[in-house]
Amino acid sequence: MSDANERRKFLKGLGLAAVSLGIGSVAEPPVEAQAQPAAPPAMPAMPAATPAGASPYTYVFFNSTESAFVEAAVARLIPKDDLGPGALEAGVAYYIDGQLAGWYGEAGRWYWQGPWQQGTPQQGYQLPLKPSEVYRAAIPLINDYTQKQFKADFADLSAAQQDTVLSGLEKGDIDLGRLPARTFFAFLLQNTKEGFFADPTYGGNAQMVGWKLIGYPGVQPSYSQIIEQYTTPFPMTYASIGSYTEDNPR
Amino acid sequence: MAKKLPAVDAVMVGVGWTGGILAAELTRAGVSVVGLERGPSRDSNIEFAFPHIRDELKYGIRFGLAQDVSRDTLTFRNSAEQTALPMRQLGSFLLGSGTGGAGAHWNGQTWRWTPYDFEILSQTRARYGQGAIDEDMQIQDWGVTYQQLEPFYDKFERTAGIGGKAGNLQGKIQAGGNPFEGARASEYPNPPMKRSQLGDLFQTATQSMGYHPFPGPSANMTQAYTNPDGQSLGACMYCGHCERFGCDYNAKASPNNTVLPTAMATGKFDVRHNANVVRVNMDSSGKRAVSVTYIDLLTGEEIEQPADMIFLTSFTFGNVKLLLVSKIGDVYDPVTNKGTVGRNYTYQLSAGAGGTLDDKDLKVFAGAGAESVVIDDFNGDHFDHTGLGFLHGGSISASSSGARPIQSNPGGAAWGSAWKHAAAQAYNHSVGIGAQVSSLPFRSNHLDLDPTYRDAYGLPLVRMTFDYRGNESKRSQYLTAITTKILTAMGAKNVVGRGLPEHYSIVPYQSTHNQGGAIMGMDPSTSVVNPYMQHHQVSNLFVVGASSFPHNSGFNPTGTVGAMTYRLADALIKRYLKNPGFLT
Repeated sequence: MSDANERRKFLKGLGLAAVSLGIGSVAEPPVEAQAQPAAPPAMPAMPAATPAGASPYTYVFFNSTESAFVEAAVARLIPKDDLGPGALEAGVAYYIDGQLAGWYGEAGRWYWQGPWQQGTPQQGYQLPLKPSEVYRAAIPLINDYTQKQFKADFADLSAAQQDTVLSGLEKGDIDLGRLPARTFFAFLLQNTKEGFFADPTYGGNAQMVGWKLIGYPGVQPSYSQIIEQYTTPFPMTYASIGSYTEDNPR
Repeated sequence: MAKKLPAVDAVMVGVGWTGGILAAELTRAGVSVVGLERGPSRDSNIEFAFPHIRDELKYGIRFGLAQDVSRDTLTFRNSAEQTALPMRQLGSFLLGSGTGGAGAHWNGQTWRWTPYDFEILSQTRARYGQGAIDEDMQIQDWGVTYQQLEPFYDKFERTAGIGGKAGNLQGKIQAGGNPFEGARASEYPNPPMKRSQLGDLFQTATQSMGYHPFPGPSANMTQAYTNPDGQSLGACMYCGHCERFGCDYNAKASPNNTVLPTAMATGKFDVRHNANVVRVNMDSSGKRAVSVTYIDLLTGEEIEQPADMIFLTSFTFGNVKLLLVSKIGDVYDPVTNKGTVGRNYTYQLSAGAGGTLDDKDLKVFAGAGAESVVIDDFNGDHFDHTGLGFLHGGSISASSSGARPIQSNPGGAAWGSAWKHAAAQAYNHSVGIGAQVSSLPFRSNHLDLDPTYRDAYGLPLVRMTFDYRGNESKRSQYLTAITTKILTAMGAKNVVGRGLPEHYSIVPYQSTHNQGGAIMGMDPSTSVVNPYMQHHQVSNLFVVGASSFPHNSGFNPTGTVGAMTYRLADALIKRYLKNPGFLT
């Protein structure tokens, strides 16, 4: 079974399968057999069955190609391993989807007037692309690249191949034409870590797995005693914003 | 044609610490004050409420309380040879907006600067000779001494409920305080903060090295406190959400819970939010400011507000911008070294070291913005600079401000399972010692107006030209070496020094300590305002805040901003209101 299949099986088990993708309802061909891009299904896939108590997530920004890419990428940036769940399991793809659909994705509080000119690294981001547009432009270009190199979309590569591609983007060794690969990678990595460590209210950090990994107790009323009585063990009862609000228990 | 409103006694352009202090003092003296704030109205009881304020993404990463730079930002370049480009998103510093301005989301470190700072030029010449001063370094005396400022430091500390330990009480050195500080008339109004494990380790190590550690002064209340104006604040819970956040315990002094309610209670303070001032209007003589023009951001309407006294109480960049776009005074030209507006822009520099304490559980999530243990041995002129090749220095501290997980971004490698393992290990074992380093003025570092880029109202953006010059790299190396030694003495492993990079970058967060551009001094050919922050040519125009600082010290500026503002308020009430004219 490919890693992609494993991820999707995991999501289905959580009841978190993306209904827009119909994940789990279409059998994945092995990577080797996927010489051509898979034809789109003739009929919209039916929503996956949802166990009681779990809510399905519906992507609002990403299309199916984009969400498959992002799910695969975040699973490599913060993988599930012996320390526990990774970014995929934490819902980071959903977090990024929500961010890109909102004012962050639209660069709502960024200065947005031209003229546009590339500056020095000290002058910061100067592309006329909003974060949502960076993702939208980059993902098809990366899939074009992996199709040429590996004859498959990024999401369907092996974990080792995906790591190689991510590394190439990080170093700027992969040429995405007019879009700087390193810029996209920096957005992707920053947003992945945000989603892993932000309050679960935003769709990532499910069950506070990011906080539990590092030992950050989350939203606590007071550390007044701990600050000086630091040799006394702190009872790690993790809490999020939602832990205190009746309408949004988490 | 702008709608013209009836005249008021005084108008404040910006409602943060400076506008708030002046509004509180002037309204109690019977003066009617209008505050024009371009940001939104913010009820801190609602907007800073638990648990929603503890949202690192919204406030810590997306800067939810800071200025919306889609409307107004700056352009930046390292040198005049480059084309300045807009700062398209916040990064290096977090400008304030809305009720309380940046004072609503600061950390609370509240310092008195050293007596040397105010007389830096004459003291440097006396001790080292003119040759110690770089040709392009434009240090100058401020025209006000520490001794003159002392009562107003005291007043600000009482208003803001500062916790700390005096080191020099009426000339007598006190155990446990900062022995290098200027003489204080009285103790801090509150005791120092509780000390963290990191602070204990730093205290022990620096003491054993012969330095003089003491608790950093704090506007995070160390106990429940009612200030002399009757405003009550709660005790700090060390929740680790100060800088970039409002306080849900009402435990961090801010304009919102001190001076603004004091001013409001008089019934003579009218705050108008969403009011973006675009111009100061002068009479035909050019010697008197008559009104300000603002845009009501809810209607788009242009409105003129006449006033007898006009106070620019915005952040540094806002103050300088209004002088420039209103064409008040001569623009500084670094080539000819003539003109004054935009001169002596300075920032806050840094040095430091990081490492790990693998055998300690540091509980880094606990802390307060101003929880720190500090040594001042290498700040100002507290050590002999002979032969070092630089002037001034910095305060060195172990701060427990609360490490939030996204911003702390723990771990070594950037991603993958190796990063995840490193992150899990690093979070509660990482330590850092920081030096907050002075920034001295250089001829080529300055502010003016950008020729290309404009704000949402059609005005040119402020253009910043800034880089590290001469002095800084040697000083950074010197202080980095000291922090490295201290951290090693604390038992840290994997100690790495963090000096200054080659060039200043506007991208990563460094500090919201931006000074200069409308500096104070006795000589109108090298300063914009007098030592009361009163314009040299326009006696009813006051340019208030860190924009008036001729250089930056190795300390946070808010304490000195507060003291300077109280000194101005005192002079206005005791002298100016009775006999308007130039304050001397």
